[in-house]
Amino acid sequence: MEQMLSPEAQHFQEKIDKEIKIEPKDWMPEKYRHTLIRQISQHAHSEIIGMLPEGNWITRAPSLKRKAILLAKVQDEAGHGLYLYAAAETLGISRDEMYHQLHTGKAKYSSIFNYPTLTWADMGVVGWLVDGAAIMNQVPLCRTSYGPYARAMVRICKEESFHQRQGFDSLLVLSKGTPGQRRMLQDAINRWWWPSLMMFGPTDDASPNTVQSMQWKIKRFTNDELRQKFVDVCAEQVKLLGCTLPDPDLKWNAERGHYDFGAINWQEFWNVVSGNGPCNKERIEARRKAWDNGAWVREAASAYASKQQAKQAVAAA
Amino acid sequence: MSYQPTVSQLIHLADNALILGHRLSEWCGHGPALEQDIALSNIALDYVGAARNWYQLAANQINSLQDKAAFPLNAQGEATEDTLAYLRDAFDFKNFLLLELPNGDWAVTTLRLLLSASYQQLLLQQLSTNEHADVAAIAAKSLKEVTYHVRWSEDWVKRLGDGTDESHQRLQAAYHELWPYIGEFWENKLALPIDIASMQAQWLAKINQVFEASHLPQGVLPTWHQTGGTEGIHTEHLGYILAEMQFLQRAYPNAEW
Repeated sequence: MEQMLSPEAQHFQEKIDKEIKIEPKDWMPEKYRHTLIRQISQHAHSEIIGMLPEGNWITRAPSLKRKAILLAKVQDEAGHGLYLYAAAETLGISRDEMYHQLHTGKAKYSSIFNYPTLTWADMGVVGWLVDGAAIMNQVPLCRTSYGPYARAMVRICKEESFHQRQGFDSLLVLSKGTPGQRRMLQDAINRWWWPSLMMFGPTDDASPNTVQSMQWKIKRFTNDELRQKFVDVCAEQVKLLGCTLPDPDLKWNAERGHYDFGAINWQEFWNVVSGNGPCNKERIEARRKAWDNGAWVREAASAYASKQQAKQAVAAA
Repeated sequence: MSYQPTVSQLIHLADNALILGHRLSEWCGHGPALEQDIALSNIALDYVGAARNWYQLAANQINSLQDKAAFPLNAQGEATEDTLAYLRDAFDFKNFLLLELPNGDWAVTTLRLLLSASYQQLLLQQLSTNEHADVAAIAAKSLKEVTYHVRWSEDWVKRLGDGTDESHQRLQAAYHELWPYIGEFWENKLALPIDIASMQAQWLAKINQVFEASHLPQGVLPTWHQTGGTEGIHTEHLGYILAEMQFLQRAYPNAEW
């Protein structure tokens, strides 16, 4: 059914259709604004929460080189969070408000970070599978219609590809290592494979936001398209590690030109999304604690800044 | 005769960097604001990097010895940055006690960094003109980083000192906790080729300038202080740091990572 669009809305859709970026001061439908705030803030929160499972191994990294790489990587995630919060702020929401939504459970973040990192191999597998899935989701976002988001994503994607390569590189080392290291590697793959597939979100027929987001070019590919692409890539890469993916139904389908794969446990997905994952409570608690424990520090910094300003004003008068 | 650093001196410099870097890295993901989280991780990275440089130099020195049996070696019979970091027990660590104390709150963390980095800055200034080319090069690189650490921590100590009543009280508490540990800086038990007396005077002047801006009483050098780190007699905290840090190397001996 054709909807009657206001002249502004028509102009907006024309820009989208011509691939002209929407900028903060441009008119935009409220729902577009809200969709973007939801998506960008979720993305920012995912970066910040994502620091925790990886940060978990910084003090235990097995060599000084790996320690430096991991620390730099987690620091990059913080940087990504920062650009994304800044991009969301251009839509008229403050960082504090977004934090509040995160701490009160109103805003979501990528469910994958509700799984625990149990061994060192998890660091490499998170880099390979989790960053790999994130990159597949995010590369199309470099062309997303909202300018500040697209530009933030260009920078983020560059760093993420680097992380993914580092992750895979550390797995190659494990794969050539001792039997104990290879066992650690296969165990980590077994635990992260299915949650990584869930990172692409519900199947297309169960994804309520997809149609509108595609029309507004916030999204460029459907969840299922991206998931299939990911499976096809990983099914080949896992061979380089001499390991297997934990899916007995994984099989090349020459007719489709894709790998077939087994059924995803959506019950688990929805449970983790709604707060019942293994680490949901710890993750939010850790963030809330950092925020609450930092309150006196932030207050001191702003009190100090006001005193300095007052002193300068007196000096200038 | 030209100066040759001893293995003990190099390990001391490396251990200081590694242990402080370890403590600072514990903040990653838990800082009071995202920008500060990033800044502190950056600083932690600087120290891990500095530790690697000093350990590598120490390892080269060890590997040129006839008898390396006193040092931890890898499967190929060589000392490396990792054998030195991961395969020594607490009594072989030579870092200052100050650096292994728990992070405490933001006041303890930033004040400890100020006390340590201000000392490091003076130390590295002297070492950066050392006649030993490798020592001078590592010191010069670290000096740039540490100069930033001084500025960053100084800014925070001032903010806390002249911020709110609570932040001032916390800073004062941090001062009482940390001050008994600064005496180790001036012992120079490993006889580093530095002019301790001039460093001490400059350090105290710098710290007191920051204390004045922070409304803290002027610090005086303690007549009695906690000591033992450079001789391998540590606080109870170091054992836990090592248990955590060395776990994988101990559980999977002789593995590549």
